[in-house]
Order: sequence, then structure tokens, then C-alpha cells
Amino acid sequence: MTGAWADTAYLIAGVCFILALKGLSAPRTARLGTLIGACGAALAVIVALTTPHLKHLGLIIGAIVVGTAIGLPTARQVRMTAMPQLVALFNGVGGGAAALVASVEFLRPGNAISDAATADLAAIGFTILVGGVSFSGSLITFAKLQELMTTRPVVLPAGRWITIGFAAAGVLSAVFLVPWPSTALMTLLALVSLVFGVLFVLPVGGADVPIVISLLNAFTGLTVAASGYVLGNTLLVIAGTLVGASGTLLTRMMAAAMGRPLTGTLFGAFTATASAAVG
Amino acid sequence: MSSTAWLTVFVLAVFLGFEVISKVSSILHTPLMSGANAIHGVILVGAIIATGSTDDNVQLTIGLLAIVMATVNMVGGFAVTDRMLGMFAKPRQPRGGDGP
Repeated sequence: MTGAWADTAYLIAGVCFILALKGLSAPRTARLGTLIGACGAALAVIVALTTPHLKHLGLIIGAIVVGTAIGLPTARQVRMTAMPQLVALFNGVGGGAAALVASVEFLRPGNAISDAATADLAAIGFTILVGGVSFSGSLITFAKLQELMTTRPVVLPAGRWITIGFAAAGVLSAVFLVPWPSTALMTLLALVSLVFGVLFVLPVGGADVPIVISLLNAFTGLTVAASGYVLGNTLLVIAGTLVGASGTLLTRMMAAAMGRPLTGTLFGAFTATASAAVG
Repeated sequence: MSSTAWLTVFVLAVFLGFEVISKVSSILHTPLMSGANAIHGVILVGAIIATGSTDDNVQLTIGLLAIVMATVNMVGGFAVTDRMLGMFAKPRQPRGGDGP
């Protein structure tokens, strides 16, 4: 599909996503909303597959078949009680995918490393940082809810300072990627963000995990928006930003519904250690 | 598109994202999170475009991995949201129109 038609189809898909979120906000329209969202997503994928001069079409379709073969049966067969951790897992792979897309764009010769605009490199750094955090953080929330590990807050000795250190290292590597883009620095950024994601979620207690999943969901939305900017794709920017904004609001509403202030959820374990150390 | 145009799209989408879910009832928090999760699976479009425009084997491998992961996110996300809402409908038996 060429230029204007493709853009129009992406616009329709974007509208479908808006209607999907709208539909999901009321019990009577929720299932219809999901259906509309799925149709929009299918339309967007078909348009992407008909992009002119697309290479490796066979491999791409093969990868989509593999992904469907993994995702669909898992979603169909999972026990009702295991659904939240499955959402976390799906969110994690989405964030990971966004980080991988950004790294492909970064590695593209002559595009990213030498000629890329500052804004592109900044968006790539942001995507790898936040996508990596979302990926590893979601895996830990999955492990907690699946009871593969303890659901109680895990507090490492001096954990707070290690976490802050990794956060600072991640942000610094993302910032330094703009003036000094190199594959080594990008790999470092990816590794640091993965570790930070783990450290970020470890101190969260079992009951607060759904709130953190929602927050990581919003993070992934923003990474999708940032990679959309890098690729020059309006649909990704619109869909990612919608999810990022609504996910942030939803996180706050979930925290309020549970009677937990958001900062208490995220930093509760830190404060607990502090008071325990004092007491 | 100019940077300002991108910024415009971004800012308007932020407001729209806040607005569109502002009246959600609290029983729908989890399905809404799951639905939003499925929507960001649209990164699959980005993964297809990035993979389909490279000739390098390393980038191709990373891109294909991204496609698999994004597909799991999108397909699984919509499927699990639908199942979640399906089991919602039964115990709650909402107002009429939804016959037996």
C-alpha cells in the first residue's frame, strides 16, 4: 500500500484504538471495544506488511506465525487466577520488542550512528532504557505472581543505593548516547536498564504488584511512542502515547482504589527498611 | 513531519488518553490495563518496518525476535482481555439486552 492510503489506514487503526479504550471503560461495551481494538491492530499489521519494497517478507510472516502460535494458546489456556501475571508477561515482551526495534534502528549503518539527528538518538536511548526496564521488571512481577519467587518485598542490603546507582547509570548512558553513539555504549545501556528493572520491582510487595504492572504498561506505551518517532510512524506515536497517558492515569486510579498512595507502593519497601533500621 | 508537528500529535494524544478512560468503573481496571497492553503490541508494525528495511544479518535476527515478541504481546493481549471480559459477564449478569 502506498503513502496516502497507508497513512489513511493507520489513521483508521488509531481511531479504532481510541474507540477500544473508550469501550473498555464501560461494562456493556467492553467486549465490543476489545473487538474494535483487535480489528484496528489487524488492519495496521496488514498495512505494514504491504509496505512497498519490504524485504524478507517470508521470514517476517514466519515470525508472526511463531508469535501467534506462542501467544494465542497461552492466552486461551491460562487459569483465570493466573491472568494478571500473563498480562505482565505480555507487557514485558512488548517493552522488549520496542527496545529491540530501537536497537535495530540504532545499528542501521549510515542512518543512526553517523547521521542521525539528536532527537532520534535521544528517542532511541529512551526506548532502550525504558523498554529494558519494562521487560525485566515485568518478568520479575510475573515471577512474583506465579510464585516462582517470594511475593514478599525483597530488600537487598544497601538496596536503595544500588538501585539509585543503576538508575543514574542508565540515565547517564542514555544521555551520553546522543553525543557519542557507539554499539558498546548501547549494549551497556541495555544491560544497565535490565538490571535496573529487576531492582526496581524486587522491593514491591505482592499486593502492590498489579499497580506496578500497570505502571510498566504505561512505560511500554511511551517506548512504543518513542520508537514510532524514530521510525516516522504516526500510528505508533498515537497508540503508544494513548497507552502511556491512559496507563499513567489508570495506575493512579488503581492505587487510589486500593487505598495506597502511589509513592507508598513504589518506595514502600525502601521506607520500611529505613524505619526498621531506625527502630 | 517537523518536530513541532510530532510534539502536537504527542500532546494531543496525551490529553485524549487521559480523557478517554476518565470514567472507567473500578471493576474494569484490570481488563482495561490488559486491553491497553494489547494495544501497545502495535509495536509489531514498527518491528515489521524495521526488519523489512535491513540487509544486515544481525539486525535481521534482532528484528525477527522483536516481531515474535510483539506478536505475542498483541495477539495474546487481545485474547486474554476477551477471556477476562467473558468471565466477567457471567457472574455479574448485568442489565437486560444480554439474553440467556
